[in-house]
Amino acid sequence: MEQRGLGRLRLPGLLALLAALAALAAWSPRVSASLDLSLWPLPVSAMTTPRLLYLSPGNFFFGHSPSSKAGPSCAVLQEAFRRYYAYIFGSYKWHRGYNKIPSEMELQKLEVSVIMDPECDSFPSITSDESYNLLVQGPVATLTANRVWGVLRGLETFSQLIYQDSHGAFTANESNIVDSPRFPHRGILIDTSRHFLPVKTILKTLDAMAFNKFNVLHWHIVDDQSFPYQSITFPELSNKGSYSLSHVYTPNDVHTVVEYARFRGIRVLPEFDSPGHTASWGKGQKDILTPCYHASEPSGTFGPINPILNSTYSFLSKLFKEISTVFPDEFIHLGGDEVDFNCWESNPAVLNFMMNKGFDRNFKKLQSFYMQMVLDMISAMKKRSIVWQEVYDDEGKLIPGTVVQVWKMDNFDNELRNITAAGFPVIISAPWYLDTIHYGQDWREYYSVEPLNFLGTPKQKQLVIGGEACIWGEYVDATNLTPRLWPRASAVGERLWSHQDVTDLRDAYRRLTRHRCRMVGRGIAAQPLFTGYCEHEGRM
Amino acid sequence: MAGSTLRFSLLLAAAFAGRATALWPWPQYIQTSELRYTIFPHSFQFQYHLSSAAQVGCSVLDEAFQRYRDLLFGSAAFRFPHPIEKRHTSEKNSLVVLVVTPGCDQFPSLGSVENYTLTINDEQCLLLSETVWGALRGLETFSQLIWRSPEGTFYVNKTDIEDFPRFPHRGLLLDTSRHYLPLSSILDTLDVMAYNKFNVFHWHLVDDSSFPYESFTFPDLTKKGSYNPATHIYTAQDVKEVIEYARLRGIRVLAEFDTPGHTLSWGPGVPGLLTPCYSGSHPSGTFGPVNPALNNTYEFMSTFFLEISTVFPDFYLHLGGDEVDFTCWKSNPDIQAFMKKKGFGDDFKKLESFYIQTLLDIVSAYGKGYVVWQEVFDNKVKVRPDTIIQVWREEIPVKYVKEMALVTSAGFRALLSAPWYLNHITYGPDWKEIYLVEPLAFEGSPEQKALVIGGEACMWGEYVDSTNLVPRLWPKAGAVAERLWSNKMVSNLDFAFKRLAHFRCELLRRGVQAQPLSVGYCDMEFEQT
Repeated sequence: MEQRGLGRLRLPGLLALLAALAALAAWSPRVSASLDLSLWPLPVSAMTTPRLLYLSPGNFFFGHSPSSKAGPSCAVLQEAFRRYYAYIFGSYKWHRGYNKIPSEMELQKLEVSVIMDPECDSFPSITSDESYNLLVQGPVATLTANRVWGVLRGLETFSQLIYQDSHGAFTANESNIVDSPRFPHRGILIDTSRHFLPVKTILKTLDAMAFNKFNVLHWHIVDDQSFPYQSITFPELSNKGSYSLSHVYTPNDVHTVVEYARFRGIRVLPEFDSPGHTASWGKGQKDILTPCYHASEPSGTFGPINPILNSTYSFLSKLFKEISTVFPDEFIHLGGDEVDFNCWESNPAVLNFMMNKGFDRNFKKLQSFYMQMVLDMISAMKKRSIVWQEVYDDEGKLIPGTVVQVWKMDNFDNELRNITAAGFPVIISAPWYLDTIHYGQDWREYYSVEPLNFLGTPKQKQLVIGGEACIWGEYVDATNLTPRLWPRASAVGERLWSHQDVTDLRDAYRRLTRHRCRMVGRGIAAQPLFTGYCEHEGRM
Repeated sequence: MAGSTLRFSLLLAAAFAGRATALWPWPQYIQTSELRYTIFPHSFQFQYHLSSAAQVGCSVLDEAFQRYRDLLFGSAAFRFPHPIEKRHTSEKNSLVVLVVTPGCDQFPSLGSVENYTLTINDEQCLLLSETVWGALRGLETFSQLIWRSPEGTFYVNKTDIEDFPRFPHRGLLLDTSRHYLPLSSILDTLDVMAYNKFNVFHWHLVDDSSFPYESFTFPDLTKKGSYNPATHIYTAQDVKEVIEYARLRGIRVLAEFDTPGHTLSWGPGVPGLLTPCYSGSHPSGTFGPVNPALNNTYEFMSTFFLEISTVFPDFYLHLGGDEVDFTCWKSNPDIQAFMKKKGFGDDFKKLESFYIQTLLDIVSAYGKGYVVWQEVFDNKVKVRPDTIIQVWREEIPVKYVKEMALVTSAGFRALLSAPWYLNHITYGPDWKEIYLVEPLAFEGSPEQKALVIGGEACMWGEYVDSTNLVPRLWPKAGAVAERLWSNKMVSNLDFAFKRLAHFRCELLRRGVQAQPLSVGYCDMEFEQT
């Protein structure tokens, strides 16, 4: 530290005071500092001054304001304080002795104040208030939010404000930040059926999500290929339907994920996709799938869930009852996409059922019939449903408030217009299928999507509750998930959080490059945007 | 000749759908049976045959024995309890290695013989090879033959393998300029290369973006040209370590110092080396390729390449020569004057040729051979007849297949890379396209075909660093590895898929973060750290 003249501060008495004044001069603001700001996603309003504050790892702490409704008994906050202390100071080498900063320039504390019932022990929900105000000044910065969820977002922003200057000192510009999300549903979809993802990998993803202010983990937990969810009610589903007995999520695993997510202000949205995409269900549950016929004989293969049997619905009712308790979120995703009608068409019993119901040969009606049964079931459990767009397209009579997720790229703006015109809330995924990789900087495309860019009234636009970046698992497992997801998903993260006007690609590139290095520093193997380097390269 | 034995061996593999399908790349000749032998980790050992030219003290094999022991049984092998159960099958307690030709301390070269035979039957368990390099390949094959029952017992089946590479140059290019790769990333890559029987690490050390190679003759190159001169560099010690690590795995290190283009990072450390570009009649402050009009340039190159020739033991150096942009040369009045003096007219290819010829003469004088990118050939630079031309452009100036024909018909040896740019990612199982490339599928005489010495998978670094290198490389590069090692007729995609999917799980087991080919799982998934 001698190069900044701080050594002289050790002198006693008047000399010390003089020296301190001299040191103050040496500590004058550096103009380049504000250029180092690389907030991601960009807050609604961020004002910074050139005035610099310095933090000493040995003399900085997070604390509760006396007027805060939350205190040391709020585990969500206590854990967050510990995490963010480590993110800010932990990945760097530092020495004691920094606490020689002139007090006028030192930032010693971040004081957190929660104004309303903090919701420390609740789960985050679609209506959770994530807004916060952050005032960074010496010696005490303040972070104010209505609920803990806003504090979590504000802590992330606070940690992004702090950087190490060229002398290694932890530095922040004096700033005032007012922030809240543009959309309440900002999700990442992971697929643990095509490939199993170890719990550690999911937790790592939750960490990275919090760094990007995502708040929904859409867990596409089962599909044709495997059924890793271990059901308490129907253990055979995973016993027979998982890839192997070590490729299973136990109730304890699920609980771990849900709780880890809660501590980061992230909802876990489980998806149990049916009636299609269910081949793996058939292994552990007899008669749940439709037997396909070849000519007049069963061919030995199976199709979607069999919608004509009472046993199907009593099974589903028990399964979803369990799911609705295991997963605390208000929403359950019911899938409903890509149902192949060939097998139903081949099955004489199904045809007979259709005739009795007066469906003619319209299999969409059969699918609607099935979905309606499941939707009613969920609603009777006091839960709300999310479905893929086909369920709306096929004119199922959806219960008001059912959320429709748009995933098909063709004419998706039109689809948004129609669904919102019909009064249903909608989640956008179509332009954000991150599993379809391209050579080069494809994050720019994801970034340039404007979710409300469709024809519709303001009321319609309000029905867009957010979006999700999807990383389907056909070619993705724990070996490549993280670099494929980050920082490409970060582009979606900012689109869903920041103001509509935040669209400058050059500025985004500058900030995102630094943000990805920050993620690398925090142990996330986020891949590079382009040629260049990070001071601390990942060795993942 | 190989045709008939191969069909035979493919049939066998289908018949015994068991363990042989774990092999990657597929050997030239294999016969295997259901008869199996037990292997007990605690007692199993690799041994030198009494009449082997290599004996204990041979670093290459001593270390390889240790490595394969760890790979097969884990470093905790000695914790396996002594077997007390009755042995129903016969046991193999050693693999005996017999190397015919002495030599453990030399470096592998383009001419190294990698043949080996592996004989596992009631009488023997023998790996026979001409050289230590062949023994390394055979050890890898042996390690892939060993399998484990669900109860945890190790087995190896009765097997006869006669194996040799189809091409002598089987390379992988890493780019440490666009992004710096930590030393450990490079060493780990060398390990996986050995698992795939690759034998050339083409190290594209420097480029426009950064100069991480620490030169002792010109330390300013790194001081001013690296991303960070304290952390993002390769010291002399690092380079030595890479070369030795590679040698112990039978891998050559082919160093590339690309000039006269792709040299922006050289500029800050060597004032005057790069051509100042002009805007109108004034220097614009930007710089172009190496300045070919100055004597100083060649003096620098002489000294620099003297160092390079000493540091890198391989007979070959890669001198680059690709993508030279003439705009800056054109703008510079001194260059224009030089062109006039030399009588080059407006033909900047002649200027490029002049530079490259001078450089090649310098490097030849140091007793080195060289590899260059195809532009050097395309631009008709007069080069020594033993120059190796690396074909990298897919379409321009002609399709790469045609380019291969042109290069070989001019009598030059050729290396194929054009269809194997692994950095170009696409959605889906793109390994198949890579796999189906046939390097000799061009019109030409047998003599021409014989001039194709192999190929290289290239992983350029614009979008790749240590965060994503491994899953992008593996198992995709494995498709190139088999194409370059195995018989031409080994091209059935289903057969390849089965083995490659198995091999990628084996890579996971060995700790390599190799990505999936399709849906499915491995018994041992990659664990996040």
